[in-house]
Amino acid sequence: MNNLLEVVKVGIADMNIVETPNLIRTSGLGSCVGVIVYDLRAEIAGLAHVMLPDSSLAKGTSFNSAKYADTAIRDLVSLLVKSGARPSGLKAKIAGGAQMFQYSSGSDLMRIGPRNVEAVKKELSFMKIAILGEDVGGHSGRTIEFNPQSGEMMIRTVNKGQVII
Amino acid sequence: MNFLEKKISSMQLDILKEIGNIGAGHAATALSILLNKKIDMSVPDVKIVSFDEMIDMAGGADNVVAGMFLRIEGDAPGSMFFVLPLEQAEIFIRELPGNIPFSADELPYGEIALSALQELGNILSGSYLSSLSDFTKLSLFPSVPMLSIDMVGAIIGTGLLEISQVSDYAIVIDTALNEEIQSTDSVNGHFFLLPDPESFQIIFKALGVPEHE
Repeated sequence: MNNLLEVVKVGIADMNIVETPNLIRTSGLGSCVGVIVYDLRAEIAGLAHVMLPDSSLAKGTSFNSAKYADTAIRDLVSLLVKSGARPSGLKAKIAGGAQMFQYSSGSDLMRIGPRNVEAVKKELSFMKIAILGEDVGGHSGRTIEFNPQSGEMMIRTVNKGQVII
Repeated sequence: MNFLEKKISSMQLDILKEIGNIGAGHAATALSILLNKKIDMSVPDVKIVSFDEMIDMAGGADNVVAGMFLRIEGDAPGSMFFVLPLEQAEIFIRELPGNIPFSADELPYGEIALSALQELGNILSGSYLSSLSDFTKLSLFPSVPMLSIDMVGAIIGTGLLEISQVSDYAIVIDTALNEEIQSTDSVNGHFFLLPDPESFQIIFKALGVPEHE
């Protein structure tokens, strides 16, 4: 990997965008879902590290939109379009939504991974953005890195090494 | 900036530190008996942190650790983590009675080793919480600890879900356990206690601390 490139890091419940030649990365996705929305021709991509499925779960008036699948994707798309992406050219790749702890517990929050994935897919389909690649579910954490030039997403897990989709 | 900060006074911070002191002190004793070794503990650190800062405190999002997570039910609900660096998890398993084979580099991990590690977490978190319960006279029931050997971000991120519904920040009571004989910078394990936001007033009230100064 070329060290001259800048890798934009996105934290938990956060989002950002990146243009060629830089890369964008988020580390340690567990039940969270990393949503990448990109325009390959404009070579621009955005990444949101989504924690919860629905902003209606927010208790309180002000909240961080990047935390919830519905608001994060909407904001990410408008951020991309503002920066020169074509709304019609947007595609998506997603990863994450694992169930980190395998013991059944009464709490609904323990099954949040699959619910996050479902919510992300619903919102993307609502916005008519096709999902061209996904690596979701399972029981492992993931680190993902996206290249807006090639449209490739690198996924690293502890047990299975690296894959590119 | 956030609702937690305004409500916590310096006296309340001291109380939270004392909670960490008592809890981790008992856990250190339990670990010491289990391993027949001297175990030292750090002065508790109480911080209001963002989720990213919390993940950094536990070793950084990408770092692989053995993490135990449990929910506390009862009068003052909350979450608790016990995070061990992988090498330390390996040392602990080796030091436990029974000669359980385990190597951090060999996958998949043996079931017996994982079970032993989980039991270790169970004993330590149990002694932490029962001392806390005695001290505050609150009923606190730990769920069965859930173990995962994976990236810090994935483990902590999952444990923060409950709090993430009400806040972008958490109050964390952090205590480290160390083996006394090792001179190196060997932090052997971290306890992170994260009471749910509504539990703070309950804890303060139980200890007779004024809610607001």
